[in-house]
Amino acid sequence: MSQDIVHDSLEAPLGSTAERQAVVGAAGAAPGQDWVIVTRGIKREYDMGGEVVRALRGVDVAIRRNEYVAIMGPSGSGKSTLMNVIGCLDTPNAGEYWLNGTQVSKMSDDALARVRNKEIGFVFQTFNLLPRASALHNVELPLVYAGVPGEERRRRAKEALERVQLGGRIDHRPNELSGGQRQRVAIARALVNNPSILLADEPTGNLDSATSEEIMKVFESLADQGQTVIMVTHEPDIAAHARRVIVLRDGMVHSDERRSTFVEKLGLPA
Amino acid sequence: MPFVEAIRLALQQIWVQKLKSFFTLLGVMIGVTFLIAVVSIVGGMSRYMTDQVVGKIMAVNSFELRHRPNINLGEMTEERWRELRRRPRIKESDIQPVTDALPPDVRWAAVGNDNLSAQSRYVAKPRQVNAFTVTDGYFDVKKMAPVSGRLFSPQEYERGMPVIVIGQDVANYFFPALDPVGRELVVRGIPYTVVGVMEKQGSAFGISFDKFIVAPHKSPINRYVNAHNVIDAIMIQTASREGLLSTMETVRQVMRARHHLRPSQKDDFELETSDSALEFWNKIKSYLVFAGVALPAIGLVVGAIVIMNIMLVAVAERTREIGIRKSLGARRRDIMSQFLVESATLSTVGAALGVATGFAFAKLIAAVTPLPAAVELWSVLVGIGIGAGVGIVAGVYPASRASRLDPITALRAE
Ligand SMILES: Nc1ncnc2c1ncn2[C@@H]1O[C@H](COP(=O)(O)OP(=O)(O)OP(=O)(O)O)[C@@H](O)[C@H]1O
Ligand SMILES: [Mg+2]
Repeated sequence: MSQDIVHDSLEAPLGSTAERQAVVGAAGAAPGQDWVIVTRGIKREYDMGGEVVRALRGVDVAIRRNEYVAIMGPSGSGKSTLMNVIGCLDTPNAGEYWLNGTQVSKMSDDALARVRNKEIGFVFQTFNLLPRASALHNVELPLVYAGVPGEERRRRAKEALERVQLGGRIDHRPNELSGGQRQRVAIARALVNNPSILLADEPTGNLDSATSEEIMKVFESLADQGQTVIMVTHEPDIAAHARRVIVLRDGMVHSDERRSTFVEKLGLPA
Repeated sequence: MPFVEAIRLALQQIWVQKLKSFFTLLGVMIGVTFLIAVVSIVGGMSRYMTDQVVGKIMAVNSFELRHRPNINLGEMTEERWRELRRRPRIKESDIQPVTDALPPDVRWAAVGNDNLSAQSRYVAKPRQVNAFTVTDGYFDVKKMAPVSGRLFSPQEYERGMPVIVIGQDVANYFFPALDPVGRELVVRGIPYTVVGVMEKQGSAFGISFDKFIVAPHKSPINRYVNAHNVIDAIMIQTASREGLLSTMETVRQVMRARHHLRPSQKDDFELETSDSALEFWNKIKSYLVFAGVALPAIGLVVGAIVIMNIMLVAVAERTREIGIRKSLGARRRDIMSQFLVESATLSTVGAALGVATGFAFAKLIAAVTPLPAAVELWSVLVGIGIGAGVGIVAGVYPASRASRLDPITALRAE
């Protein structure tokens, strides 16, 4: 199934709140099978000593399997907060979050850890590799927590590193790798347990433009292979790699459009 | 996370910060060092007391009927002294009634003993020897055998002939470079023919057990060993340890009857076993063991506090790592066990070092003092076990703090 067919079947554009709510469905109802992610009215507030910071103020998002989505928006608009909620690293104060047909907001601590381990691959702006561990060991970690035996673990970690062209660097520590290579180790780690979604919060934020392109190629080819990818970025040319762009503003979805529309608006080459 | 993996990780962590780790586990190490050293020395002394001291004086599964205890390792009150001095002696006339009451498989011997001066024609200076006069069961009970010559014949016992067997020190002193068998040793003007030289008995606390001569009970020497009709002891040996108590009870009843004791009166004689001889030692031992446990306990408590502290620091320093692990699917219990294993490994390594230095310490003391040291396997296991235990106890709080960290907060830490 090609990406275009998926997108054609989307009830796009999802520009208005009413339209989005129609797609995400009524509260409490389990979404259909091909929806990987459905959030309904997600709120996340921080109590800063009396003053309440409202990072997310009711976010409705629905993402299908195999989609490649970019999340944009000004600084402080709640992009990272939303990613953390989607990645089960953070729990919302209100709203529903359905992942693969299961309601995450009702899960126990251990169940959440299991979801992070099996369903989610997270790529961070700052890589978040263990500094004293080799590339191979870093990539092995999710498999360690999945209880995969040592031999198979190493084999699969090696394969994942080969997929990001780092087969020759498996014994290097993070500080013996370039920024781009570090991020590729992080991508290999995110993918090693075959997650249903790959989340990336400004994966190129710490990289120069050439290296950023390199990383974007990796994402592109993953998306082409059918991997669901959600990526936060500031940069329009990075977002242009995605097939769909969600823009947040003040903790709410400002717009949610297919790339073609988005690219047109920005006047970027298609 | 698999256990082996966790230990590997912990050892790696320790190795990365060698010096810091060393200071961290110093407390546990010192605690275990003390434990091992004290236990080894007390154990060594205990074995020494049992085997070398009391074991040389008392035969196995045996007791001695005496008027007063022979081995006095304890302090004595004035009152006890007076009571002991009032006791009647054991008489030759007691032998028959006592031994008649014994079960058939029990061996016995009557024994008299005193220090007397002896002289030989080969050495100018006379010397004190420990003289025993015994009946024919003696060598059997003591399991003593001659290295040259022979023991006494039935006629020699019966007629009280002037014959003796001698210990190694006596042989060496009075018969230098000579075979003593067939030669004479003079005691109180009477010459005694040496018929046998006994095997070496060894020594304890520098006191030799080889300065003895043994003569038949009826030989002339008995006159100088004991007053008329009096003996020092009847040595009684049962076939097994189980028979010992009932046989002692039999003898006790015979003696109480012979001394006309009323039920309210205490025994006015002694039934001495190796256990009763060791009683005082056991008392000292319990103090020493207490010290041996109390001192290390202080070290271990200090060690535990240090480890807890260091683990809290480690958790703080590695908050980011915890966040990363949690983001990759580590559950609370994975993080918990990682830090628990780390602190347990840390303190077990400390305990292992403590075992090593403890032994070195014990060996050193054994080398420079007359105190012996015996390596006790259980103390090694207990030492290591305590090490792991301290680590786990000290690690629980930091580990549970680590496990409860919120993944996002932890990831943001710098
Ligand atoms: N732990 C926190 N405590 C308090 N306020 C927070 C916390 N995390 C985020 N916020 C606030 O929530 C809002 C959204 O933050 P968020 O990190 O999601 O923004 P963002 O869109 O990712 O911004 P950027 O593009 O700068 O990364 C901000 O106003 C921020 O100050
Ligand atoms: Mg952000």
